[in-house]
Amino acid sequence: MYGALWRVLPGPWWVRVLILVVLVAAILTAMVFWVFPWVNGFIIPQDVTVGDS
Amino acid sequence: MSVTQPRRRVSFVGILGELFITAGILVLLFLGWQVWLGNLIEGNEQRSDAETQSQAWNKGGSSAPAPTDRPDPGEPVVAPAPGNAVTFANLIIPRFGVDYTRPIAQGIGVRDVLEYGVGHYPSSVMPGAIGNTAYAAHRTGAGSPFFDVDKLQVGDSIYVETEDGWYQYRMRSLEYVQPTGVGVLLPVPQAPGVEATERILTLTSCNPVFTASERIIVYAVFETWYPRDGGAPAELAPLTATAAR
Repeated sequence: MYGALWRVLPGPWWVRVLILVVLVAAILTAMVFWVFPWVNGFIIPQDVTVGDS
Repeated sequence: MSVTQPRRRVSFVGILGELFITAGILVLLFLGWQVWLGNLIEGNEQRSDAETQSQAWNKGGSSAPAPTDRPDPGEPVVAPAPGNAVTFANLIIPRFGVDYTRPIAQGIGVRDVLEYGVGHYPSSVMPGAIGNTAYAAHRTGAGSPFFDVDKLQVGDSIYVETEDGWYQYRMRSLEYVQPTGVGVLLPVPQAPGVEATERILTLTSCNPVFTASERIIVYAVFETWYPRDGGAPAELAPLTATAAR
């Protein structure tokens, strides 16, 4: 999968590395600001209150 | 002479393996986000919400510190209880950092209040009133407002800032109770049927860190209050200076 991605990318090796770095940065940003907060909504938070609930 | 590289066969297992590795990395990243990066981001958002609120309460006026020889502020003003999930105060604890301030909303709803800061038990009195004013917040996750709650030392200031001013409490004791230990919320904590004469502040959070098998409880006693017109407590000068920027 990643081997195929590497072969598909154009240009010399450093251009490919540059493209990959930008790609990873974009994916991480999307994860941190949209995907992770969204997933977090499904996780039951820890209880911090006293009482029956 | 040209060498033709043998074409790698795309194997199903190989792709599956790479997908699993990717999924594993994403799960680890999520965990890192949950306990660290996301917390940092949410904590910063909460601080900036609290600072914005404080500035609005100052109505553009200066937040110069109150003089040390300030007049007796008299009995603290007690505001009426707001509606559920309405933000009405800030919690300021210098021990947690000079810029530590977090918004307090009415209620202890997991989704509508505790995700955005500190929650005020609606069954407890408002800050400044005689009796027990109690608050809950996350120790980990959702900005971790109470992450350092076990670091509080006897005598440490705990401020509740409202539109009316700053209510100063001083940390007195700490205890650990079962999740069912509602005695901590009584007007005189852990003393059923006793009529309150003091003003007590109670903080509750989960314990041990990252789990919730117990509750950590911090008690503080009312010291004094600073009406908004008279200026902020001198101890909070670093915070009000940052907020004014």
